[in-house]
Amino acid sequence: MARHLAAASAPELARAFDSRRGAFALLLLALLLYGLVPAVFAGRAYWLNVMTNAALLSFASLGVWVTFAIGRVNIGQGAFALIGGYTTALLATVLHWPFWLCLPVSAVVAGGVGFLIGWPLLRLRGIYFAMVTLSLTEATRLFFLNTIRDNGGGVLNIPRPPELATPLAFYLFAATLLLLGCAGVWRLANSRIGWVFRSMRENEELAMSIGIDITRYRILAFVICSAMGGVTGGCFALLQQNIYPATYTIADSINFLLYCFLGGLEFVLGPIVGAFGLVLTFELLRSIQEFQALLYGVLMIVVMLFLPNGLLSLGAVLRRGRGGGR
Amino acid sequence: MEQVIINGAILSANYALIALGITLIFGIMNVLNFAHGQLFMIGGLVVYWISAVVGLPYGVGVAAATLSVGLIGMAMERGLFARVMAEAGREENAMLLAVGTAFLLENAALYLFGEKQRGIPPMVQGVYRLGAAFLPANRLVVFLISVALVIAVLVFVHFTRTGRAMRALAQDRTATTLMGVDAGRISMLGFGLGAALAGIAGALLISVTGVNAGVGAAISTKAFIMIMIGGAGVIGGALLGALALGFAEAVGYALFPGSVTYLIIFVALIVFLLVRPQGIMGRPWG
Repeated sequence: MARHLAAASAPELARAFDSRRGAFALLLLALLLYGLVPAVFAGRAYWLNVMTNAALLSFASLGVWVTFAIGRVNIGQGAFALIGGYTTALLATVLHWPFWLCLPVSAVVAGGVGFLIGWPLLRLRGIYFAMVTLSLTEATRLFFLNTIRDNGGGVLNIPRPPELATPLAFYLFAATLLLLGCAGVWRLANSRIGWVFRSMRENEELAMSIGIDITRYRILAFVICSAMGGVTGGCFALLQQNIYPATYTIADSINFLLYCFLGGLEFVLGPIVGAFGLVLTFELLRSIQEFQALLYGVLMIVVMLFLPNGLLSLGAVLRRGRGGGR
Repeated sequence: MEQVIINGAILSANYALIALGITLIFGIMNVLNFAHGQLFMIGGLVVYWISAVVGLPYGVGVAAATLSVGLIGMAMERGLFARVMAEAGREENAMLLAVGTAFLLENAALYLFGEKQRGIPPMVQGVYRLGAAFLPANRLVVFLISVALVIAVLVFVHFTRTGRAMRALAQDRTATTLMGVDAGRISMLGFGLGAALAGIAGALLISVTGVNAGVGAAISTKAFIMIMIGGAGVIGGALLGALALGFAEAVGYALFPGSVTYLIIFVALIVFLLVRPQGIMGRPWG
């Protein structure tokens, strides 16, 4: 009996520990985003812009992370960024809606498309899902290319609200968005729904057999992902003040995956570490322009070969190494 | 009408080489080779380098392209995939490793060959007329070589010892190893053969459409469409997929302006997958 109790309370303990560690990690992230970055890069518009980029890319990758959580490789986030971006761009330029109204609408439109498309597509698994979402990215690009006649399918001169006129203001907005997204996804991953997601990743049939409505949950995950992609697209449209069909291609959809993977798929912070890591590496390698992209590729393969569970697993690998386990 | 049929047949024969290659790799290794389009691109650029820059005959270029891309494929299997798959915790790892490799190959090609569109003059001059349709002699040669290669690969896979070992490995890795097949060696050969087929396809097509360093992603996407139509990991399915895509493209380009064709193909593909998620000949969740 005593053993039984101990066994039952072990996950509870682990979760309490996890939640304290999670809160600590979020606090650290907030300190970095609100304290360190503005302090270091204050007045340097270029670098603030780089950090804004990284924060927005992290936000979209967090969405992809949610679909990784249900065991699907989603190469369609570029499509939803494009849908959200065009929603914001068209509402702001044609109907002259304020940005703060466009952004939630972008999330709803992208999420809605995710719902409609996800319902049938999520029946596919493994490489089929990966390939069909990859096709979705390309199909969405071709859709906007063929439906919007002016400027080669682009929407230009998207007005920025006065609150976001300076690079610092835009950065703080992106950082806030990222923190909220991270807190939300972290909360989700540690809730009952998070455990349902994990059970579906391990074995969908088994999850179904214990009464989990897997169709509902996998659509939920996909809609969350799509809506986050839509918000990212809307923010980028505003940041660059234009959007083209080629703003998000298959390469961008793949990059969102790589950020998640590089940081580590087991960690909510994974996509954030991955996105900031890769974006900063890219900027730092700019000094050796000629070999930059080549080194970037080598770097990626090296990390995959030696840290297959992502950068955040480095701690665990080192601990195991010190313990003489390997 | 005749023109559409001729164009469709030529496209299908070329696509069949690409689809066969990616299917061999997927069947044997269970890896979706994202770098397949990049291997195609390298095959084309090697031919360009040998025949237009060095000045050797086209045949030498094709042989060199086949050999070098095949070796790249074997090196990928030995150095990257075999290692990662031996200890990867999640199956996504191999897929993402392939993405990383695609990125690396594309950038290496950009650095070595530049970003220009490269082409070489046709191997043979002249145009045949078939009814109302035109058939350039060069395309006929490309078509015949492609068909011959597809038949050769089918014969190899079905009737040789190594080919049988490859098919066995695709069916059941453990059982095949128990039968005394050197799984590591066969995997390496299979990956090399799949890669070499992509290289040959690029080497042949550079004389028709030209190749540039950025063409990889588009070719990989086409390869994915074909194996989604036919069913992943099934050789017959790959050929059916190639036929379907080749003719869909030929019909589409005759009827619609530019990029509408592919929009329609994608929409049709998604609707098709709703009805038959595993493709025409695929095993469910193969």
